Amino acid sequence: MEKELWKGNEAIAEAAIRAGCNCFFGYPITPQSEVPEYMSVHLPQAGGVFVQSESEIAAINMVYGAAGAGMRAMTSSSSPGISLKQEGISYLAGAEVPCVIVNCMRGGPGLGTIQPSQGDYFQATRGGGNGDYRTVVLAPSNVQETVDFVQEAFDIADQYRNPVMIVCDGLIGQMMEPIEWRPVPRRDLPPKDWAASGRKGRDHHNVINSLYMAPEDCDRHNQHLEEKYAAIAENETRWEEVDCRDADVIITAYGTPARIALTALETLQAEGVKAGLFRPITLWPFPQEALRRLAERPNVKAFLDVEMSSSGQMLDDVRLAVEGRRPVRYLGHAGGVMPTVEEMTASVKAVLKEVQ
Amino acid sequence: MAIVYQKSPGLTDAELHYCPGCNHGIIHKLVAESLVELGLLDEAIGVCPVGCAVFAYNYFSCDMLEAAHGRAPAVATGVKRTHPTQAVFTYQGDGDLASIGMAEIVHAAMRGEKITTIFINNAIYGMTGGQMAPTTLIGQKATTCQSGRTAEQAGMPIRMAEMLSTLDGCVYAERVCVTDIPNITKAKRAIKKAFEKQMNREGFTFVEVLSTCPTNWGMTPLQAIDWLKTRMIPYYPLGVIKDTGAEVK
Ligand SMILES: Cc1ncc(C[n+]2csc(CCOP(=O)(O)OP(=O)(O)O)c2C)c(N)n1
Ligand code: SF4
Ligand SMILES: [Mg+2]
Repeated sequence: MEKELWKGNEAIAEAAIRAGCNCFFGYPITPQSEVPEYMSVHLPQAGGVFVQSESEIAAINMVYGAAGAGMRAMTSSSSPGISLKQEGISYLAGAEVPCVIVNCMRGGPGLGTIQPSQGDYFQATRGGGNGDYRTVVLAPSNVQETVDFVQEAFDIADQYRNPVMIVCDGLIGQMMEPIEWRPVPRRDLPPKDWAASGRKGRDHHNVINSLYMAPEDCDRHNQHLEEKYAAIAENETRWEEVDCRDADVIITAYGTPARIALTALETLQAEGVKAGLFRPITLWPFPQEALRRLAERPNVKAFLDVEMSSSGQMLDDVRLAVEGRRPVRYLGHAGGVMPTVEEMTASVKAVLKEVQ
Repeated sequence: MAIVYQKSPGLTDAELHYCPGCNHGIIHKLVAESLVELGLLDEAIGVCPVGCAVFAYNYFSCDMLEAAHGRAPAVATGVKRTHPTQAVFTYQGDGDLASIGMAEIVHAAMRGEKITTIFINNAIYGMTGGQMAPTTLIGQKATTCQSGRTAEQAGMPIRMAEMLSTLDGCVYAERVCVTDIPNITKAKRAIKKAFEKQMNREGFTFVEVLSTCPTNWGMTPLQAIDWLKTRMIPYYPLGVIKDTGAEVK
């Protein structure tokens, strides 16, 4: 298939349109503004609806309305805007309304910087909103994957009636890369017979709601959600392993740092150091079992977690999976400073020295 | 025997949870009857607030969405933009609409969203137990202004219908009450007109209904009606505040 050169954010928008996104609601923020800009031109041409909302709070609630009425709805933002969407995401999860949310992460806390970052891992995987809920979190590491995941995200959301979030750092959003428009396998999806789209002869009225006043009802609803999350964890957990078979040290990284790590692996290999990469693709569900299995392998002596975050956030999940079986060390920067190949190779060697 | 009165098919059989003397129930009935009489019930999609009317989704028999506190106009925007030929309404209290949801209502009106908002002004936060609302009158006691609201501390109460009327996107704004039969009749006419103008795609339509909260005002239902008439109406005058756009055929 022919390759085309696309900027990450524009490719995100185009991928959504190709996936049948009916409507997009967004608010400008760097480094994701190309998504609403592209949508404002191309989505109406494809018969869809674009609204520039007054805030990210309004945008996510417009998504709730449109998706609750049965549409394929999407919003995108960057970190401070995603913070504002948390209330809405909690309601979407509680009312089981499917939608796609893109976070083109920038540095924080607060206004932080417009430079790429991975400081929103906790927010994405722990739920920045209130209550016991989960969003499926996909973390692509290049523009091609971003495009593929955006297209698939709508099906995942519809299959489980759950918000799906795509987290990419600002680098992926801003970078131009050659991509292929691959036909994404379509899932067999249940009809949206729950949607509040007008009765039109239906014998009952549909309600989109997350309120369960009676304690037993709310408990039952939460149990139902838990069962759904367990099914998602069972079916949708994704990761990639590179050169892990006989690695002494395994780098854990996602998104852009995982990509930088591939170069680091080559450098290390040339120097005779056996290192591998474990790359979570779904941040939730986190590939806990797969990582645990690696930690149990006799050849693996230590892990090095690398993130664009000051003290490490995925690091917690890595440690939970490794469960003290092997030492886990950390390398990271915040604020848009990328971990370099040199730092990674030096850190791997230092970790190896420590355990030998 | 001829049927002279029956419950509107726009309402379900669920028992209302509202306190005795609360006007929410009457207003529900008027909205339901209007949808039925205009032939919109089967198409309509409503959005409930957070407030005493949070359970309105149990009472209206059309499809409903329950919104987060104050966000109903944004939710309704998402619904209406993707279902442009269907009747879409929000039903919101004064804490919901005039405080936490101020940005959402102003921008929905500014964009001229073709929706109808039924705004229940009872000058108090009913559901949470009688705290001060942006609409609480000067001197009126609430649990967060126990000696009565002062302008110095909390500013002057806000008149939403007048404020939204300044926006070009808002084509219709009327303030009504439901304290007696003539006023109930007027309120119903206003609600119907708002829906008609919405279906005519004229713009944003707004009906503010002055409403009683005997429970949190610390009054009997009759005292509450009297207080609404003598205290609320002088500050929140009844009547059409704005009516522009094409005439309804
Ligand atoms: C984000 C958020 N903040 C606060 C609340 C608590 N709360 C529930 S109802 C309500 C006030 C509702 O008052 P109003 O809109 O006037 O409706 P009424 O009950 O008077 O009809 C508040 C503050 C909430 N549910 N969510
Ligand atoms: S608390 Fe007030 S507004 Fe709420 S139901 Fe009772 S009387 Fe009505
Ligand atoms: Mg109130």
